[in-house]
Amino acid sequence: MSRTFLGMPGIASPGKSGQTFPGNAARAVQNSQLRFNLRKATRTIRARRASVVNELPDWAELRQAGKAIKDHTLRNLDTYLIQLEEAVTKAGGHVHWAADADEANRIVAGLVKATGETEVVKVKSMATQEIGLNEALLEEGITAYETDLAELIVQLGDDWPSHILVPAIHRNRSEIREIFADNMSGWGRPAPDDLTDDPAALAEAARLHLRERFLASKVAISGANFMIAETGTLVVLESEGNGRMCLTLPETLISVVGIEKLLPTWRDLEVFLQLLPRSSTGERMNPYTSMWTGATEGQDFHLVLLDNGRTGVLADEVGRQALRCIRCSACLNVCPVYERAGGHAYGSVYPGPIGAILTPLLRGMETELDRSLPYASSLCGACYEVCPVAIDIPSVLVELRARARHPWTERAGMAAAGWVFNRSGRLARLQRIGGQMRTMVPKRLPGPLSGWTDTRDLPRVPKESFRDWWNRTDGGSR
Amino acid sequence: MSSRDLILARVRAAVAGVPDVEVPRAYRGTASAAAGAEGLVELFAERVRDYKAVVHVVAEPEVPALVARSVAERPARRLAVPGGFPASWLEQSEIDQVTDEPRLGAADLDAVDGVLTTCALAIAETGTIVLDAGPGQGRRALTLVPDYHLCLVRADQIVAGVPDAVARLDPVRPLTWISGPSATSDIELNRVEGVHGPRTLEVVIVV
Ligand code: SF4
Repeated sequence: MSRTFLGMPGIASPGKSGQTFPGNAARAVQNSQLRFNLRKATRTIRARRASVVNELPDWAELRQAGKAIKDHTLRNLDTYLIQLEEAVTKAGGHVHWAADADEANRIVAGLVKATGETEVVKVKSMATQEIGLNEALLEEGITAYETDLAELIVQLGDDWPSHILVPAIHRNRSEIREIFADNMSGWGRPAPDDLTDDPAALAEAARLHLRERFLASKVAISGANFMIAETGTLVVLESEGNGRMCLTLPETLISVVGIEKLLPTWRDLEVFLQLLPRSSTGERMNPYTSMWTGATEGQDFHLVLLDNGRTGVLADEVGRQALRCIRCSACLNVCPVYERAGGHAYGSVYPGPIGAILTPLLRGMETELDRSLPYASSLCGACYEVCPVAIDIPSVLVELRARARHPWTERAGMAAAGWVFNRSGRLARLQRIGGQMRTMVPKRLPGPLSGWTDTRDLPRVPKESFRDWWNRTDGGSR
Repeated sequence: MSSRDLILARVRAAVAGVPDVEVPRAYRGTASAAAGAEGLVELFAERVRDYKAVVHVVAEPEVPALVARSVAERPARRLAVPGGFPASWLEQSEIDQVTDEPRLGAADLDAVDGVLTTCALAIAETGTIVLDAGPGQGRRALTLVPDYHLCLVRADQIVAGVPDAVARLDPVRPLTWISGPSATSDIELNRVEGVHGPRTLEVVIVV
């Protein structure tokens, strides 16, 4: 099987040797602007999330339901995919199946060409980033314009996203001002001459820059947060309104969606429309959610169902739970490693704790980088605690570490802690302790657990231990 | 083998022998309280205000005067008004009504000052209004392109929570859930209201 492509070729090309997570992280940690931005961002969102999650008396029950709905869907994915295809087709939409990134890109390029257009507008979508759609379209003479403000910053800055929810979080306002002032004119309406670095002024510049494009575009490309098998409905959550612009104004809409985004019934949305906004932006509800079924209001609608390694993950007994992920980014915001290393260190479009498991699961562990990803964690368990679909990221990390022992990791440390990792009950207990420790930061765990704290860095004093970690490995080269 | 068959075959091979799971639904489902019940109006108003939208709670006879005042204050003169919007609510407003029949082009839509609509229902707990393109609501772009959206919500359209809304809505219709004005936090996480959607959302609750 060919390697699954997960974007970011410029940063972590599979062909480039010597790329490792600690190496990338070491460079990132030296960037104080990045560290400052990340710390501010993750702390702010973390606090917001906590307040709106605590407000719901039935959060634990919603989380259990969310987990079970996803597991049930994955168990019966074939049935539900066929049901979805029927429903979308019946509602006037066209369904395409793409086994890998190349096929998806070919299908989309073909659909765009059939319209005669050479420009498309895009809604932020992890799936299309994953398959490198923009680059593939460019090779076919089609320019894709990102319309999410953060994606626009990333695109104009010729850069890569670093966070699932706020992809340009590594940029500060004066950098953004410069990017807009220098590059907007090359892509369309230039930035105003007197552009300041006030966030409202920057947002206004983006509004003006994109408005004409929205009004003129004939083809749009989106992803989707959910697809309902029973009804054929697609659901997109967003904040800015660029999603609604793309979903409603153009004559042709092409949605590229991973096969795991399915939910069996319309009713299941009552769970996920509570779990996702609160976990993601920390709001009771995001400003805009669009739902449409098939060809709507006279539009030509195409759905491209994407595998690209997902069925491989589904076959993985331990790893398949990663397919429950609804891309809320809560696990990024609580991760002490992400907070210091930033998103680019993970070398794929999926950063943070979920990326540390999803990337090697999807892409395999043939490269140094992918083998190092399962070690991009202190196993503190905070990601598991906040995950709205209860993905046990620490357990998957441990399993992946066992599959790809890394030369520069402390084998001895892993072995000493082995008895903990072998027993799920103990691991779960330990994760709970780890979660509580995030506020207490004790030096050592008592008794037999001391072996674990002695070799695991972050539950102690995260900042120092992370540095210890990459210092010890000489920036990952050892 | 087609990619469809290939993907389905891979799925079947991957899940063979995996036990199925029951979905526990112990969370709060549809509320026993009737829509518009005591307390829901206050909760809805408070939650919409949290999103920095303008909220009024008025009795039906006062609606025409309130609408007139609101659009005058904006000021908004040329307003898109979808078919089915109650004409009586506009009696006192001095506006040029723009209809969407035949359909307005995107540029025409961009040239109106705002849009007036009703809604399909509203959710108290999350401060959300939902539009389903029914009478008085128009197609989706109508409430998106203009910079100002005034939405009228009848008290008996306000349901308690998300499960109540999902149970009442018809997925065959195009749905737009709106919770406050368009916003972004993409620049250093500073919230800026109004990017591409209407920068001002005004909600009138009719009791
Ligand atoms: S793994 Fe869980 S917490 Fe992380 S992005 Fe996915 S759903 Fe959210």
